[in-house]
Amino acid sequence: MKVSARVKVAFYVVLLAVFASDFFITREHPVFPWDRIPGFSAVYGFISCVVIAMLSKFIGHHGIMKKEDYYD
Amino acid sequence: MTEWAHPAAILIVGSFLVPFLRGGLRKCYLLALPSAALVSTIYLSPGNHWTYSFLGNDLIFGRVDKLSLVFAYVFTIMAFIGNMYALHVDDNRQHVAALMYAGSSLGVVFAGDLLTLFIFWEIMAFASAYLIFARFTERAKKAGFRYLLVHLFGGVVLLAGIIMHYVESGSLLFGPLGDGGLAFYLILIGFILNAAVPPLSAWLSDAYPEATITGSVFLCAFTTKTAIYVLIRGFPGTEILVPMGVFMTLYGVVYAVLENDCRRLLAYHIISQVGYMVTGVGMGTYLALNGATAHAFTHIIYKALLFMGAGSVVYMTGLRRLTDMGGLYRTMPVTMVLYMIGGFSISAFPLFSGFVSKSMVVSAAAYDHRAIVTLLLTAASTGTFLSTTLKLPYFMFFGKDSGIKAKEPPLNMLVGMGIAAFLCVAMGVYPSALYNVLPYLAKYKPYTADHITGSLGLLLFTALGFFVLLKKLNPEPTISMDTDWFYRKGASIFMWFLNDPMLKIGDLLARTFFNTIPSALIWFSKNPLGALKIAADTAFILVCGSDRRAEVKRRIDKEKAIYPGDIIKHWPIGSTVLWVTIFLLTCLLIYYV
Repeated sequence: MKVSARVKVAFYVVLLAVFASDFFITREHPVFPWDRIPGFSAVYGFISCVVIAMLSKFIGHHGIMKKEDYYD
Repeated sequence: MTEWAHPAAILIVGSFLVPFLRGGLRKCYLLALPSAALVSTIYLSPGNHWTYSFLGNDLIFGRVDKLSLVFAYVFTIMAFIGNMYALHVDDNRQHVAALMYAGSSLGVVFAGDLLTLFIFWEIMAFASAYLIFARFTERAKKAGFRYLLVHLFGGVVLLAGIIMHYVESGSLLFGPLGDGGLAFYLILIGFILNAAVPPLSAWLSDAYPEATITGSVFLCAFTTKTAIYVLIRGFPGTEILVPMGVFMTLYGVVYAVLENDCRRLLAYHIISQVGYMVTGVGMGTYLALNGATAHAFTHIIYKALLFMGAGSVVYMTGLRRLTDMGGLYRTMPVTMVLYMIGGFSISAFPLFSGFVSKSMVVSAAAYDHRAIVTLLLTAASTGTFLSTTLKLPYFMFFGKDSGIKAKEPPLNMLVGMGIAAFLCVAMGVYPSALYNVLPYLAKYKPYTADHITGSLGLLLFTALGFFVLLKKLNPEPTISMDTDWFYRKGASIFMWFLNDPMLKIGDLLARTFFNTIPSALIWFSKNPLGALKIAADTAFILVCGSDRRAEVKRRIDKEKAIYPGDIIKHWPIGSTVLWVTIFLLTCLLIYYV
């Protein structure tokens, strides 16, 4: 399916809005220093997603993934 | 209030009637049984009921308190949803197995002593195994046997632990088992095997995708969550469970990224989600234990919804691999929407059920000042969103059009999914209903401004990552090696060891003892003296000089050629008399000495 340009734009607008909103809210129970940094979860989410995807595929291609008839 | 019937008994004993019913009556009965169990659970009053004396011990079938009740609620609700989803199935044996499975899970939850718990624990293993066998494929049969063997092993370890605990403490009562002896660890191993803690987890991802479409919906609900219940009951605050749980969350996520089989992908996310609960049990604070309980509650419903959604696709298309699917949103829009509600719930999206339960565990870690645990649990939740809510539906319902024109599943399947989806949203929108039944006193407010923006940021930027990496995340037609390698490949290595080296050694031994040695003895006894002579000459060759060797060799050849020869010729009477005399003399000497 081709993601149409409109959906793409809407997605980026939502991303921006969510990122921006984190700067304007009050933080009730910050525990760790990074809890006070606005936009931290967004950056952390993006980084962990990329790391998880790349790391998994790296591990997979270095021994874990086998042909489908491996056990037959 | 009177306790009129044990919820487990309603399901287990009630299941025996199923084979005698047909058509609409059976359908009504299948829905009435879990409803009756739910009503009976609601009217249970706290305390110990159905206590029987057995060999000087009290067997407690009905320990009712807030902890057992909350699990009983969700188990009976789940049994209702599962039966609704399975109404169209015309295999009575599956219905009986599913009801016995759900009933024995309730039996474990209400068991007040370890013996009762163990009995229901084993019924669970057998009843659930049938839901795998019932697919009647060669793969299902093999996976079912592996599943059963692993669980029987776990059951034996658990029983050993229970017996040792009984001998040491003199009591079978099931409460916190905090002494750290061998019994403690054996029972813990028995429990975490059912909770699918790696490396004891491969049975889950191996067997669940091979079960029947409706069977896997039951499977994903009960076994791991009864394990969480018994861990909360017996091992709260066991520190070793924290690293185990955190590892589980990431382990499931990594394997899910690699997985191509849609239901196996979801099975790996069971391991990941149960990791949050195990972590919660390990931290042991009231908030963490409440979080583990709440997450078990919401997880049962949304995971069942996800399995029902993926199962509907497998049922209607006959396909199971993501690489074969795509573009199904056109013909299965209702299934897709219901699946996505499950997806948003498992990813802890605000207004969905996972948000109000998963955040409790993560916050419990933060309030306990466990920075690394908090960060890793948060990272794992992005992995969940990535695989369950983005990758799987993208390649199943969108992506390249596979040209499959599958219809929506039967109405009862959609209704089952609808009930689960309704509960997912209801718990997300109105969490107090869930929080009110939680067992411990710990206040928690999920909907704070920073928590909402934080979660949305985390998840939406994960989505950005997904679309950036879309090409890299294409599912691949492979399977992944897990710890089941050790008993799947290990078994064939063991069989080779038996069939090749061991068989050769056995053959050699048999030939030596039944062939070579007896025939040598027969040969020897034909003419012992001649044989000894040949032997002496052969030995002589080894030590004598080279000049006489040829001569002795010729003699040996001659002796061999005429062997055994004419014995009498070599035994004149004189020498016989001489030997007899020597023999008698020896006897005489032995007698007097």
